[in-house]
Amino acid sequence: MPREYIPILIFAVLAAAFPAVTIVLFQFIRPTPVAVGAKLKPYECGVVPEGDTRGRYAVRFYIVAILFVIFDVETIFLFPWAVLFSTREEGFRLGPAYALASMFVFLGILIIGYVWLYRKGALEWV
Amino acid sequence: MHTLIEFAKPILVPLICAVVIVAVLPLVAGYIVLLERKLMADMQARLGPMRVGPHGLLQPIADAVKLLLKEDIIPEEADKAIFWVAPLISVTVAMLAMAALAIGPWFQIADLNIGLLFVMGIGALGIFGIVLGGWSSNSHYSLLGALRSAAQLVSYETAAGMAIVGGLLLAGTLSTREIIQTQDDYGVWFIFAAPVGFFIYAVASIAETNRAPFDLPEAESELVAGYMTEYSGFRWALYFLAEYTNMVVVASIATTLFLGGWLRPFAGTKAFDFLDYLPSLLMLVFAGYCFYRVPKQPVKIQQAVLAAVGLLLILLAGILAAPLLVPAGSLVADAKAGLHGAFWFLLKVGLYLYVFMWLRFTFPRYRFDQLMHLGWQFLVPLSIVNVMGIGLALVLHRQWGWGHLPAFGLTTVLTLAVAGWLAWAGEKKEKQRAIVGEEA
Repeated sequence: MPREYIPILIFAVLAAAFPAVTIVLFQFIRPTPVAVGAKLKPYECGVVPEGDTRGRYAVRFYIVAILFVIFDVETIFLFPWAVLFSTREEGFRLGPAYALASMFVFLGILIIGYVWLYRKGALEWV
Repeated sequence: MHTLIEFAKPILVPLICAVVIVAVLPLVAGYIVLLERKLMADMQARLGPMRVGPHGLLQPIADAVKLLLKEDIIPEEADKAIFWVAPLISVTVAMLAMAALAIGPWFQIADLNIGLLFVMGIGALGIFGIVLGGWSSNSHYSLLGALRSAAQLVSYETAAGMAIVGGLLLAGTLSTREIIQTQDDYGVWFIFAAPVGFFIYAVASIAETNRAPFDLPEAESELVAGYMTEYSGFRWALYFLAEYTNMVVVASIATTLFLGGWLRPFAGTKAFDFLDYLPSLLMLVFAGYCFYRVPKQPVKIQQAVLAAVGLLLILLAGILAAPLLVPAGSLVADAKAGLHGAFWFLLKVGLYLYVFMWLRFTFPRYRFDQLMHLGWQFLVPLSIVNVMGIGLALVLHRQWGWGHLPAFGLTTVLTLAVAGWLAWAGEKKEKQRAIVGEEA
């Protein structure tokens, strides 16, 4: 475990504790809620909510999620490549032409997939 | 005991930074809100907050006290545990992303070798807070807002990531400190080598922070308040804090990667060393304005507060000027790197946020299908082409010995041509659809 992560761990605890402690502490100061009836219902501009909230919703959202997985994983693959392309550490840098050619093949496949998605209409919202 | 001190020493500075960030960030977020309200008022020819403190200077504190004391309502049909935790996730994650960012060479919690990747990864977790909050509220508006937010964040995450890859190609490292060092060595900020990449990141970062013109998850006219509809009082304030913290984080990433981080403009040039006096001068100008306004305040106490602010600014000016006035070699002179670095970093972050606000007050809100169109059919392909273009420019420079200017100039023009073509194709498609719509 590298030592740089110890302060981050402490910071994470602090950052999580600050809002939680504030909420709990001020519960003793602020007025106790006396809300009853309609005040505790979900807000729908004055109309009584109809039906189940956790019902079905558009399949579009699922498609966007799947597309995201594909493209974001590709992006993550590019991170180490981008670093090795220009790193200043001796012996690790890739030859520029070789690195560029390999990346063009990789991104070429991605672009073919992108064009296919485009033709299929997967990128359209309506 | 001695070993304990040895163990704690490298942790002490990051620890102070951590405490300072947790303590100061809510205050900063409050004052960004005030600044935004003032700017909005100015652009709409109003005055904005003027009552609480001189020129509304104490408004954020009054707001914070009000929000802390407000009645705490949890809807009866809500999933109580998740409802409770969701805003905490948002805030914690937004703050945690600050950990790897360096605000000046002296102020950083941890210099990770995967710095930028850490910031992006942690930043992407923020979506859990939003989706869980919207889901647990058990309200139609909240759920719709959360889903929209998820789709939007996810769409623009890709473009932002690709734009960052473009910057990394130039930097060759993920550590925030080394990225800025590289820009110092090359003597040029990466925005000039990858202007298209910066543009993509700027647009994507506005969408990622749910800001207008891309604030569809909380579109008031459609969804009341989106995923925050059922939240009130302090829990609502936490979501707000998370949003503004996220703004600071994306602005810091852009500053680090594209705008030269804590470097002064023309950092390597002796002829521009007079710019070192700019921070103090700026503070003195602000202080002068404060004193000029003191007699015009209606109440005694407001006069006192404004005078105190003016004195504080003069103190800041003194602190910023001190390292320049004492002879080199002393401890005070060495503090120049830390103090001035922090100043320039925060100035750039501030300017980036100013552009955010400016765009918010200028553009009308997008429609959701337009938003998805811009994300998937313009920014994503453009960001891929941008990465290829920067790679090509680097090969032209390193392998074939082209100069920086022709290599990057050529690829930038090519990328812009692709951008024009993509925009043209999108327009054409939109027109065709409009014609089909009329016939139907």
